[in-house]
Amino acid sequence: MQFIGSMFTLAIMSIFVSNFVLSRFLGLCPYIGVSKKLDSAVGMGMAVIFVMTLASTITWLIQYYLLVPNNLGYLQTIAFILTIAALVQFVEMVIQKMAPALYKSLGVFLPLITTNCAVLGVSILNITEEYTFIGSVMNGFFSGVGFTLVLVLMAGIRERLEQAEVPVTMKGMPIALIVAGCMALAFGGFAGFKI
Amino acid sequence: MIVIAIAIIGGLGLIFGLVLAFASRVFHVEVDPKIEQIGEVLPGANCGACGLPGCGGYAEAIVSEGVAINRCAPGGADVVEKIAQIMGMTADAADPKIAVIHCQSGGKNNTFFRYEYEGIKTCKAAVTLSNGPNLCDFGCVFQNDCIEACLFDAISLDENGMRVIDKEKCTGCGACVKACPRNLIELVDKKKRVHVLCMSHDKGAIAKKKCGNSTACIACTLCVKKCPKDAISIVDNVAVIDYDKCINCGMCADVCPTGAIFDPLKEIRAEKKAAALAKAEAAKKALEEKQKQEA
Repeated sequence: MQFIGSMFTLAIMSIFVSNFVLSRFLGLCPYIGVSKKLDSAVGMGMAVIFVMTLASTITWLIQYYLLVPNNLGYLQTIAFILTIAALVQFVEMVIQKMAPALYKSLGVFLPLITTNCAVLGVSILNITEEYTFIGSVMNGFFSGVGFTLVLVLMAGIRERLEQAEVPVTMKGMPIALIVAGCMALAFGGFAGFKI
Repeated sequence: MIVIAIAIIGGLGLIFGLVLAFASRVFHVEVDPKIEQIGEVLPGANCGACGLPGCGGYAEAIVSEGVAINRCAPGGADVVEKIAQIMGMTADAADPKIAVIHCQSGGKNNTFFRYEYEGIKTCKAAVTLSNGPNLCDFGCVFQNDCIEACLFDAISLDENGMRVIDKEKCTGCGACVKACPRNLIELVDKKKRVHVLCMSHDKGAIAKKKCGNSTACIACTLCVKKCPKDAISIVDNVAVIDYDKCINCGMCADVCPTGAIFDPLKEIRAEKKAAALAKAEAAKKALEEKQKQEA
């Protein structure tokens, strides 16, 4: 019971309170770049959830079974980036084979997950917050869910903005950035929550 | 210590490399070799004239979706022929097009200004500030967005500060058409020579007053009456040439009182006409003198 409770807390924390995009400001590139269409936003979200969960799992194992025993903590970033890059490459191959339509709609943003700070961020945060193995896997998963949530919300808003009467100078990117700011303010309401 | 570090990171890299190499075998996706071949033939400018995202996208669309092969404007007939060979189809090249700027103001031929613009150096910003710095609401604001947009260095400034399109370099990709906030640039069949170089929808006298170059179209309909093919019509106070009907005769340019219609051969034609007149005059005089002598 206590386990379920702590997982629930973790979920609320990483989806809402310290949302990756809107309160940590990580992974802004796909947040603005892939939020034009709802379909590709959902696809991107799924890819990020998948990569984040896997990356959290593997980087935790690397940290505690390879780096810490050998006193190589300072190689953390390099080792993690190596892992994430290989992982994303792998995911890309799988998606290209299994779901060509999704692969097409994700376009250039799939390889960009490689250098996405959100994925590296979640791996490093897992270590600095001293999560357990299960904790880091769950943190990775829920952070991905939080990312997907805001990405899908943003895509929904932007699809409606296409129809809205926006002054010419504000059309496209400017209004998207303003909306992003408003969403960050709204999510700011969760800040300081303690469960 | 260093050895361990190298061994661990190197080992990680090696393992990941092997896994990826293995995965690339297992998850190998067959790609039509034609796509790659066409991709090599295309110019690689990624200008988007074909309406698809980049040359790679176009190559794929040709092979997998059967998109027409003549949509690459920069490549021209050469590329169409090469793609046709790859696809095993007959070449059917589109008529080459070039961009024409429908305005003659700019540089030393400035329009009159309603204020001095000192903002961001781009046309898009200039036109948003109380409808542009120049008096004419439709003319070029010469912050040179088209020059920036041109992927092939085809637009340059001449000694008068006018934007000139190099007919050799222009590929008709339409990047400048999209860049111009006044919609002054149009893609026109390369063979067409005569163009209306004004877009002012103001009424005649006002249009001429506002144009610093005073080459505005005043919608006098002289060209409409003169055109032997009925190719010209006045739309919203501007003469518009229907390029499908135009035969490059240039009669409209000759008759235009303001010089809004441009024909590069107009002066040559005028010179020839003047020369012919002079010759006739000389012959007449000679004849008269001869008659006098005889008398």
